[in-house]
Order: sequence, then structure tokens, then C-alpha cells
Amino acid sequence: MSIFLTKDSKVIVQGMTGSEGTKHTTRMLASGTNIVGGVNPRKAGQSVRFPAFDGQDTEVPVFGTVADAVKETGANVSVIFVPPKFTKDAVLEAIDAAVPLVVVITEGVPVHDTAAFFAHAAAAGTRIIGPNCPGIITPGESNAGIIPADIAGPGRIGLVSKSGTLTYQMMYELRDFGFSTAIGIGGDPIIGTTHIDALQAFQDDPDTDAIVMIGEIGGDAEERAAAFVKENVTKPVVGYVAGFTAPEGKTMGHAGAIVSGSSGTAAAKQEALEAVGVRVGKTPTETANLMREIMQNLTK
Amino acid sequence: MDLMEYQAKTVFAKHGVRTTVGEVVTTPEEARAAAEKIGGRVVVKAQVKTGGRGKAGGVKLASSPDEAEEKAREILGLDIKGHVVKILNIVPAAAIAEEYYFSFLIDRANRNYLCIASAAGGMEIEEVAHTNPEAVAKISIDPAAGVDEATAREIARAAKYPEDILDAVAPEIVKLYDVFIGEDASLVEVNPLVKLEDGNVEALDGKVSLDENADFRHPDHAEFQDASADDPLEAAAKAKGLNYVKLDGSVGIIGNGAGLVMSTLDVVAYAGQEFGGVKPANFLDIGGGASAEVMANGLEIIISDAQVESVFVNVFGGITACDEVANGIVQAFELLASRDEHVTKPLVVRLDGNNAEEGRRILDEAGLAGLERVDTMDGAAKRAAELAAK
Repeated sequence: MSIFLTKDSKVIVQGMTGSEGTKHTTRMLASGTNIVGGVNPRKAGQSVRFPAFDGQDTEVPVFGTVADAVKETGANVSVIFVPPKFTKDAVLEAIDAAVPLVVVITEGVPVHDTAAFFAHAAAAGTRIIGPNCPGIITPGESNAGIIPADIAGPGRIGLVSKSGTLTYQMMYELRDFGFSTAIGIGGDPIIGTTHIDALQAFQDDPDTDAIVMIGEIGGDAEERAAAFVKENVTKPVVGYVAGFTAPEGKTMGHAGAIVSGSSGTAAAKQEALEAVGVRVGKTPTETANLMREIMQNLTK
Repeated sequence: MDLMEYQAKTVFAKHGVRTTVGEVVTTPEEARAAAEKIGGRVVVKAQVKTGGRGKAGGVKLASSPDEAEEKAREILGLDIKGHVVKILNIVPAAAIAEEYYFSFLIDRANRNYLCIASAAGGMEIEEVAHTNPEAVAKISIDPAAGVDEATAREIARAAKYPEDILDAVAPEIVKLYDVFIGEDASLVEVNPLVKLEDGNVEALDGKVSLDENADFRHPDHAEFQDASADDPLEAAAKAKGLNYVKLDGSVGIIGNGAGLVMSTLDVVAYAGQEFGGVKPANFLDIGGGASAEVMANGLEIIISDAQVESVFVNVFGGITACDEVANGIVQAFELLASRDEHVTKPLVVRLDGNNAEEGRRILDEAGLAGLERVDTMDGAAKRAAELAAK
């Protein structure tokens, strides 16, 4: 089991024929993802051959619209690589085609565009992951996005993170245990899937034993996640928060990573998490060690 | 990107919001000329991207051109929360009857928009929200529905604006929403929004933050870029397309991915406690690619920072393979040498993840002067802090 993404997921790629789309479709295929199609109105009816990874090249058909792709293939996940300018329309198209899970990798999407497509998705019951995120991987089953599949294999830890590279770092640190699902939710001011959504799903997933939650400065998502953990999560959770040294008023890379006044500081987030019994590591490695301890106790 | 008051009011005016842009000046003499042109009493207002100008003495009334010049002289060069006043906005003194607060912003928690409005204006809204929360209305806005005149009236009533201004304020609220959406703003704040003695409603002040991700549809926003206000190193980094923020410490940082770099700063500061409080000198995210050129540009900025005593390159090979990063570092040294610049400060490199072994071998073979390889993030941070403390 896993959350949101399984071996049965049928994945299409919007923007598959672009350079990033092609590169990462190759990687997703190589990690065993069932990619059933790409979407590009100008290349409808063609197909793209992806190089062999287990002795056989894969031929992926290109559809003119998401609706066509869904109709022909039964796709239930779309991964979006289109440029920021076109992202809103691409997401709206996927929502209108009733794709239940849309993973938006694109970085630099205007926040009003995200607000618009999120409102639409919420009304339609579509789950959005991202934008500006590395996506989601259920190791050994499926990989929707750009998380390198060879960092860590399947296991029983659930990981949810605002940051891409910290996701990779944490997976690497805990590769001896492996992951049920790892999900990068992105660091933009508005995101489709939150820490809370992932915590709920991991809590409900019988194959997840413990959860690592990585946050960063900006907003109050970690504080709200802490309150949620207190009320709803019985599985062990360890946390990490990046940005203790970030000065007020300066954006640290992610559009959402900014401390304004007393709100959004790493210290406040750590305090909120520790107050509900979530142990918070001072460094990614220390956080991984806290989780290692928990996993070793669980398997005793 | 935050706008100064006069820029915000210019944007308001473009969308038909009632406001007075006034004159923009940079010297006391210009302030006098502006006051002469306007005639009567004027207000001299410091243009800085921070709040609390009034309290800091950055906003003053002048009843004559002489006085405007004098006040301008007092305000120019004033340091308001670290922002030095270089620009003034001269506006006619308004006949104010009442002051209110109004704003539209992005609501991260509810993933939609929030309107905050209050009949208690002119003060810091956080203060009002704290001491008298009932006086502050928070209204959720559905991005799909937007704000029409009827919604605007609901907002005005929720804010407890007086009934007699509803007809005047509702259209202004609709136009402020046009600013919020039309300009891709993440914040539109008017404090105070005022009722004038003639009954009209006007934005007396304005604070606007623009979403730089939307610059592609706003070529006109380029004029708001203010390179002079940036730190010189930040300006140089920006020109090279680097995501760099200058900090106060002595360990230069280069890493890939915003989260990892933020974390690197923390780990260095944490390790630095052992060495008399050594701190990171900057934030620099070279992104996923980490090509030789980007690495060279990054190193160039960091070694030109006189405060830097050591450099910590922290790369986790996820999508990028570490051998490519190692080659990037080797080529960056060559590239810098060809620009007649040399890395004279000790460099600690941590490579981990995809193809780490190969990356480390490349670095070892290159034998670059002053470069040390430490294979864990915490260990490398400690070494970099130690070197900076020497």
C-alpha cells in the first residue's frame, strides 16, 4: 500500500515532448511507472519511443487533449511539465477531464494562477500536488515527478516535504529502511496538497509505520500540521524545519519561504511541533537518526 | 517585489482607484518646487519599503514651500528600520474626515484570497487585531467568484464602515480587487483608506507586493525594479541570474535546492556555535543543473564578499549526478583563473547522492588548492565553520 500513487496508477504526462518532460518521462518509465500517454495538441496521433531500460523500448502515444488520453487509456494521474505561462490551462484541462490526481512540477507559476486552478480542483474533487514540487514516489511501484527512483527503495516510512533536495537527502539518509511513499508538496504560497493532507493519508495507510515531515519558514502550515498531529495522528512523527538563520523580509529561494514580522519563523514551527510530541532534529542527519531510532524500536 | 507608496498609488490610479499620486522628488530643492507647484499645505512622505514611517519621523506636514524644503532635508537620509530614505513623495494635505483600513492578500491556509478590513484605520492593523479583534473583519474571497459591487458592499458592512460611505467605497473596493488580480499582486493594502470632508473615499497610502512569477505578463513591472536599493553583491548576483541573499556571517554557502541551502545555513550556524559563533555569509541556490558556469559565477560572487573566510559547497546529487557537479567545480576553478580571479579562501566540498564516488574521485584527482572534501553534511559544515574561525 501507499498513499495517492500505486502500481495501478495510469500516468499521462502533459508536456512530455518538451525537454524536461522527455528527460523525466524516460526516468519515470525506467523506475517502472505505467506511463500510458503524453499530451500535445500539435503532435496528436504520433508516438514517442523511449529508450530501453529492460531490453525493450517503450512506445508512448501522444494525444491531442487530456480528455482523449483519459478516454483511450483510463489514465488517472497527470504529471505536468509545461512552462509557467501555460500551466494554469494545462491543470484546468486535466481537472475538466476528471483526472483525480494532478502533479504540477512546473516552477514559477503565478500565485493567482494557482489560486484559480486550486479553486477549480477543490470544486471538482481533484487532488493537486504542487506546483513547484518534485512530485510523488511510491518506491518500487510508481513515480510521478522528478524524484530520483534509485535513492531509496520500498519500506514503511512516509515522507512529506516542502523541499525537493531535502526530500532526496532524507530518503538517502534513511535508505536502509525505505519508504511507503515520499511526497514533495512544494514551497509556494498556495499548494494543492498540504502537510495535513499527507499526514492524514499516512495515518490511514496500513503500510506506513512512521512519518517524517519536513517544513521550512513562511506561512503557518507547520503550526497547523502540529495541531492536526495532536488530534489525529497516532503514528510516530519526526520533523525537520529549515530556515532558522533566514532574516526577516528576504525570500529564501521558494516563493513562500519568507519570514514576515514574527510570523513564519522556524523557531515558532519547531516549538509548535515539539509541543505536540513531534521530535524535531537540528540537522537533516539528526532528524534521520531520530526516525532510525523509532524504526528500530518498532521492529524490535 | 514590494512597491514604494508612490508606485503603488500609480498602479491604483491606472485601475481607476481614487488616489493622489503627487510629486516624486529626491532633493530638498525639488521638494520646494513640488510644494510650489501643488500650492497650499503639503505632506512630505518618505518612500521606503517598510511600515512605521510616521512614528520614525518620515511623514511631515509643511505649510509652505520653505517648510517643505526644510522637512525634506530632515527626512532625506533618515534610516527607517534599516531603509535609508532617498525618495520623497509630496502630496497636497488632504481634508480627512475619517480613516479606515483595507487589504486584499493571499490566504495560504485556506488557499484562496483574504480581505481584511476595519473601520479603525491609520494604525498598525496587527495592533488593532490584537487589542480589539472584533473591529477587524476577515472575509474569505473565492478566486472563482471574485469581487463585484455586491460583494464589495458586504465587505464594507462587515468592516463596519459607516453606512453613508457605502456608495462611495464599494466601487473603490472593486477597483482595488482589479489591482490585486490585474497586476498579479500578492498584497494590496490601503492604510489609511479615508473619507474626505467632501464625502469622497480615497486611498491615502498604498502598499503593493507584486508576484515576480507573473512578470511574463507584465513587462511594465520592470520599471519598478530598484537595483540601487539592493546590496551590491545581491545586485551582481541578480545580474548573473543567481538566487543569492547576502547575510552577515563568514562562511560562504553554495548548494542546490532552496530547502537544502536553507538547511545548510542552519547547520553551519549550529556547527559555528562551537567556534565562537561563526555564521553563514549568504544564501546561494545554484539549482538542479549546477553547471560549471553557474558554479563559477556563484564562486565569483562569494569570494568577492570580503566577509567570507571559508566556502562550503553542499551538493546532494538527486537529478544532477555528483560527477557532473565535481567537473563543474574543477571547470569553475579554471574559468575563474581565466578571468584572472583565484579562489584564495579554503573550500569545503560535500558531495553525496547520485554518483558520489565518481564525483569525489574527480575532485581528489584534480587536487585543487585549498579544497577539502568532507563527505557528510554535518561534518563538512563543522569543518567550514572551523576554517572560518581560524
